[in-house]
Amino acid sequence: MITKITHTCIYVLNQKSAYDFYVNKLGFHVHTDAPMGEGVRWLTVTPPEQPELEITLFLVAEGQMFDKETVQTMTSLIRKGTFGAAVFTCKNLAATYEELTAKGVVFKKPPTKEFYGYEALFVDDSGNWFSLTEVNE
Amino acid sequence: MEQYEKIYLYRRVVKAKLYIDNHFADNLDLNNISEQAHFSKFHFIRIFKSVYRLTPKNYLIKVRIENAKKLLAEGHTVLQSGCMVGLESPTSFAGMFKKITGLTPSSYQKLENERRTKMLQNPLLFVPNCFAENQGWTK
Repeated sequence: MITKITHTCIYVLNQKSAYDFYVNKLGFHVHTDAPMGEGVRWLTVTPPEQPELEITLFLVAEGQMFDKETVQTMTSLIRKGTFGAAVFTCKNLAATYEELTAKGVVFKKPPTKEFYGYEALFVDDSGNWFSLTEVNE
Repeated sequence: MEQYEKIYLYRRVVKAKLYIDNHFADNLDLNNISEQAHFSKFHFIRIFKSVYRLTPKNYLIKVRIENAKKLLAEGHTVLQSGCMVGLESPTSFAGMFKKITGLTPSSYQKLENERRTKMLQNPLLFVPNCFAENQGWTK
């Protein structure tokens, strides 16, 4: 029986700016930041109240895992906002929206009433989009 | 956004929260924080706590300790770290740090140094093998 997710990946186009976005803007905590050579890091962050879930900020770069054509395709798809990477939750969407907006986070959908609560959509520095939801209690 | 009642209140509370985030090292007190939000002290504490689940005072302590953890991990001394987050009394800094993290500042620094050293010397200990193999990262 599967019990939990321990690691998941978000593909990013620049790990330095992804670090700034996820740590300094979203307020995630750095779990692991290990140099792996050739400008690549094994960089994982955790949501502030979910320290057991490591989100790997995985660099899309040419190497053994991705060939040149794959990198070009993935870069293009990520940049144009193809991928919805996750649903995050918060206790108070209005306050969180105000704070993230003040920090320069771009929202593609402002807080909107849905049948499950309030939801907004924001985009990271690469182009991945996320739902941010305040779930009905 | 119109579905949210009194959105302007949240905006003002967020402004005060960001003020704490940016000025935690200063000699802050509740009066100058609530002034930032244009609230009475009592009203401010009530609304702040409803949004962040901490009083402004406890939130300020949390921000100071979180930043002290970063400074200790970067190699600053315990005394320097306390001063740099606005807690100049070493005794109260150490007490608050232990209360929140469960460790003394020096114990935290020692553990963090050991972890970082291990991460630099043998990063593959921190990478699931499936990813390492796919990337061609070998021991």
